[in-house]
Amino acid sequence: MTRKEHSNKLKDLLWGIKAQEWAIKSLATFVLAAGAVVILIPLIYMITTSFKDVSQLRSDPLSIFPRKPLFAEVNGKSEPLYKVTVDGTVSEMALIKNQPGGLGLFVDPAAPETVYTLVLEDQVALYRPDWHPENYPEAVGAIPFWRYLINTLTVTFYGMTGMLISCTLVAYGFSRFRARWLNVLFLVLLSTLMLPSQVRLIPIYVMFQKLGWIDTLLPLIVPQFFANAYDVFMLRQFFMTIPLEMDDAARMDGANSLQVLLHIIIPQARPAILAISIFHFLYAWNDFYEPMIFLHNRNNWTLAVGLQSFDALYAINTHQIMAISLIMVIPPILIFFLSQRVFTQGVVFKGIK
Amino acid sequence: MTKTRRPLSLRQRESLLGYLYILPWVVGFIVLTIGPMIASLYFSFTDYNIISPPVWNNFANYRKIFDGLPQFIASGDTTVLGDPLFWQSIKVTVKFAALSLPLGLVFSFFIAVLLNQKIRGVNIWRTIYFLPSVLAGVAVTLLWVRIFNPRVGILNPFLENVLGIEGPGWFTDPNWAVPGLVIMGLWSAGGSMIIYLAGLQGVPTDLYDAAKVDGAGVVQRFLHVTLPQMTPVIFYNLVLGMIGSFQYFTEAYVASGGSGGPARATLFYNLYLYQNAFKFFEMGYASTMAWILFIVILILTALVFRSSELWVFYEGELKGR
Repeated sequence: MTRKEHSNKLKDLLWGIKAQEWAIKSLATFVLAAGAVVILIPLIYMITTSFKDVSQLRSDPLSIFPRKPLFAEVNGKSEPLYKVTVDGTVSEMALIKNQPGGLGLFVDPAAPETVYTLVLEDQVALYRPDWHPENYPEAVGAIPFWRYLINTLTVTFYGMTGMLISCTLVAYGFSRFRARWLNVLFLVLLSTLMLPSQVRLIPIYVMFQKLGWIDTLLPLIVPQFFANAYDVFMLRQFFMTIPLEMDDAARMDGANSLQVLLHIIIPQARPAILAISIFHFLYAWNDFYEPMIFLHNRNNWTLAVGLQSFDALYAINTHQIMAISLIMVIPPILIFFLSQRVFTQGVVFKGIK
Repeated sequence: MTKTRRPLSLRQRESLLGYLYILPWVVGFIVLTIGPMIASLYFSFTDYNIISPPVWNNFANYRKIFDGLPQFIASGDTTVLGDPLFWQSIKVTVKFAALSLPLGLVFSFFIAVLLNQKIRGVNIWRTIYFLPSVLAGVAVTLLWVRIFNPRVGILNPFLENVLGIEGPGWFTDPNWAVPGLVIMGLWSAGGSMIIYLAGLQGVPTDLYDAAKVDGAGVVQRFLHVTLPQMTPVIFYNLVLGMIGSFQYFTEAYVASGGSGGPARATLFYNLYLYQNAFKFFEMGYASTMAWILFIVILILTALVFRSSELWVFYEGELKGR
């Protein structure tokens, strides 16, 4: 094989790979687009359903968008309007009577003398959009919404404060100090990552009951002040990447360890702190399990529990339940869009809590 | 002369400070983890309704669970079991795990591979696919309960009009309730997708270049470069997924209104544990279930770790994971 033949063969091979890549990319785009539709339809359904009224919820045929049939006055009676085709010309007519055999009697509302017998299936029912924004105030008024919102925000923000303070201190201790037992203790901390919370839940419940904390927000907030394995691990991993020289320089200037933490470590670790804060917010905002267990009185509930019980009582009011559900998913969606990089840029901080 | 205390050496000061900083966790570990774990182990051998103090009852709780198991295995008759509902909850949980773990793995891995292609607008696609992962919980479950609902939902009309299939009753049909939850879980699989995507981005590009030089096509590169490099991540997601199935609660509770219905088809392990503890106030029995759950998770994790030697590819310290 001459050198030229060889290079031609290589060219063919590379071209083949390129063509293959192009095909794969087109296919990938197509599949992704199709999947994106599937992802978005439930959310669209949630939005549109929250604007329907009761009669539209079970309309037949079901429409995603809130709509009502159009009616016209015919001889003092209100009859549904259709777009009908008579001898190739399209016009709007009212259906005045159903006939056996899938036929219907249609008239032009302007000239109701002439009655047309047409095949019902071939005619198109006319609708008008009919959105009901009043579902929102009604739904919000049907439950102690603002109370639940305040409770949820209280739990979320006090809990987040506790988590951030405790986890930062603990992660600092595990990443910057040499002491005999620290490594062993860190392994102990890691081993609790896989510990199912159920194995400690019941005694904790009993303990909180003895303290008189059941039906207060304290069981959801106070434990956050004692650090958790997941966030400590994440922060410590990040702290380890901050060069020790920076600590040393600060110490030379006479900074004590707390000052090093506040002025060197924390500013450097901002992305990691932001990430665990976001995941904590999502966790606390969406959490249902613990509020369910510790809060019994309906006035003390969080949004998640309040929404569930609203559904349990008034499942029939799908439109109102979708309205509250939509309100509940808006903060996570906003946070998601505001902090997309945390999610899409491969920062592997996914809550396992 | 009075004795003055010797000042601490630098080393001692450092240790002391280190312990001081981790104190919040140490206190929490004792009061909120180890202490409660020991108490829960004790409760698991008692009859405890929270109002009166726990009464030691030996292995009665454990016996209730395992009684009649051999006879059941021999005859298939659930009435011989000490607590048929316990085994029902195991069955539901395992069924869910067996469906959702493989499907979730294939699905999110596949999407992550697509999202890792250098295609136009990939950031928009990533955003859309990750979006549902931040929406876990009650609101999303209520949404899916509606979508699956044969009367107000859009899924069955879609199945009927587009595919010509008559959709099942989903959450009202004992056979279809768990598959419904699995589908719902796939929709919000963005979380594991993020982890896969991060793993894919960590695969060294020189490996692909080397494979290209050797004439490997897309499929070969996927099978011989991507897949082996990704086994640690797959493994990680698998372990998390298994543990997650045994802790599955909110969706099952919301979809069934807390009952685990229809016909106990969504009586997940964790839901049944919750019912025992906080509905029937069988705190002793619930503690027994919690400890069995703990042991099952330990065994499963150990098994997966053991098997991982066979199929998980670790690249030494190179990646610094």
